[in-house]
Amino acid sequence: MLLIDCPYCGPRPEIEFTYGGEAHRARPADPAALSDEEWAGYLYLRRNPKGRHAERWRHAHGCGRFFNALRDTVSDAFLATYRVNETPPPPTIGPEAAA
Amino acid sequence: MPEPRDRTRPAMQRFSFLSLIGHALRGHAGWQQQWRTPEPRPAYDAVIIGGGGHGLGTAYHLAHDHGMRNIAVLERGWIGGGNTGRNTTIIRSNYLFDESAALYDHALQMWERLSRTLDYNVMFSPRGVMMLAHTHHDVQVLRRHVHANRANGIDNEWLTPEAAQAFCPPLNIAPTLRYPVLGAALQRRGGVARHDAVAWGYARAADALGVDILQNCEVTAIRRDADGAVSAVETTRGTIRTGRVGIVAAGHSSVVAAMAGLRLPLESFPLQALVSEPVKPVLPCVVMSNTVHAYISQSDKGELVIGAGTDAYVSYSQRGGLHVTTETLAAICELFPTFRRLRMLRNWGGIVDTTPDRSPIIARTPVPGLYINCGWGTGGFKATPGSAHVFAWTMAKDAPHPINAAFTLERFRDGALIDEAAAAAVAH
Repeated sequence: MLLIDCPYCGPRPEIEFTYGGEAHRARPADPAALSDEEWAGYLYLRRNPKGRHAERWRHAHGCGRFFNALRDTVSDAFLATYRVNETPPPPTIGPEAAA
Repeated sequence: MPEPRDRTRPAMQRFSFLSLIGHALRGHAGWQQQWRTPEPRPAYDAVIIGGGGHGLGTAYHLAHDHGMRNIAVLERGWIGGGNTGRNTTIIRSNYLFDESAALYDHALQMWERLSRTLDYNVMFSPRGVMMLAHTHHDVQVLRRHVHANRANGIDNEWLTPEAAQAFCPPLNIAPTLRYPVLGAALQRRGGVARHDAVAWGYARAADALGVDILQNCEVTAIRRDADGAVSAVETTRGTIRTGRVGIVAAGHSSVVAAMAGLRLPLESFPLQALVSEPVKPVLPCVVMSNTVHAYISQSDKGELVIGAGTDAYVSYSQRGGLHVTTETLAAICELFPTFRRLRMLRNWGGIVDTTPDRSPIIARTPVPGLYINCGWGTGGFKATPGSAHVFAWTMAKDAPHPINAAFTLERFRDGALIDEAAAAAVAH
């Protein structure tokens, strides 16, 4: 089970959270102007990276708020968590963390 | 026309009762190597990336059905070491939609004769797959499946709780359960097979037809020529020129496709499974419950093979959280009180690539010479022979087989989803 550091409540076990998929995806401002290809891209294409992944979590059984996390999808280690209106911070742990 | 057999190599030994006696009398010293360990050639007519059941099967069908002998299967680790060796080996074809039913039943019909086809005992055991209904909604959905399946010529029948228990005696049908058994859908032709034997049987049969199986050979790049067509793959064992590449890389499909600049509508999740200590035969069929999320069958070794759920998050870690398996075990213990004192021996995870509609993609891609067979999600093993057959057809003819014609990459753009995900209570 993952230990997730909610930016509002602190570290809590994974079962208090629900996963919200890839982060930083903005709904197109004018969907009607998009081609079918572009709209399908917005709906269905995800980065699905093997490595660093920015993703949303919701502290469903805590504060109830959405926040973002950077996680390494190979080790499952969280590199950072941050609020939705913030840009991803540099990783705080792992090989990419600043010394 | 198939090319004549390479006369420099001995013919594949056939397995039979007589050959078994003969080899036993000679102290089992004369068994042939099951497949070669060749060095990569500089060029192949086609390359399959991924040495699981689907990839090896594709190579076998390319060689056997389409006469393409100068082909290679590139496997990063060892063959059958990914999801082929990690799944719970359940085989069934009781899918709701016509397209899925045709695809999975094509596979099931091939399973029924696969041991004979490959001259390799894949231990296909059609012991029946029983899917439990625990709520009024489950009952309606599963009965709808029964009717839809029968309209498609696929066997499926509705059982009362008493009939379900008669078919599977250890099942607890007490009405006091939190999720009582209200009935079950039974596909008698469904069952299990031996996963390793599927990989080994296909590898042996493909090798005998001249296919090079290159293990410990990780693809690091896919090269394209000035027209954008595939021209070569870079591997940890050198550059291999080829104009035709099939990606059959399961959970890593996105990673491999990205090497050719192709994005896929996939997300990769860990799916967990576990086995108990071996016991004498106690569970005569496969039992699945989507509502309480538990799949269980008993292997021929006697272990109870239990399928748990996927973890919620994208991952390539092949582990997953213990709370997922704990929840499944709680459900198993309620449905089968006799199993409560069993100890679990091993648990593991596999990385499954899921599409938005939970149906696979078996198709050409916008990149000339690049073909993709992915998106099998949590239920690819059951489709292995059918998937391999139609994907080989697609690669050989550069056009889909009628059975996989609907399983395109473009269906997401065109809105022609095969939405088994929305066909509630379908486990994959």
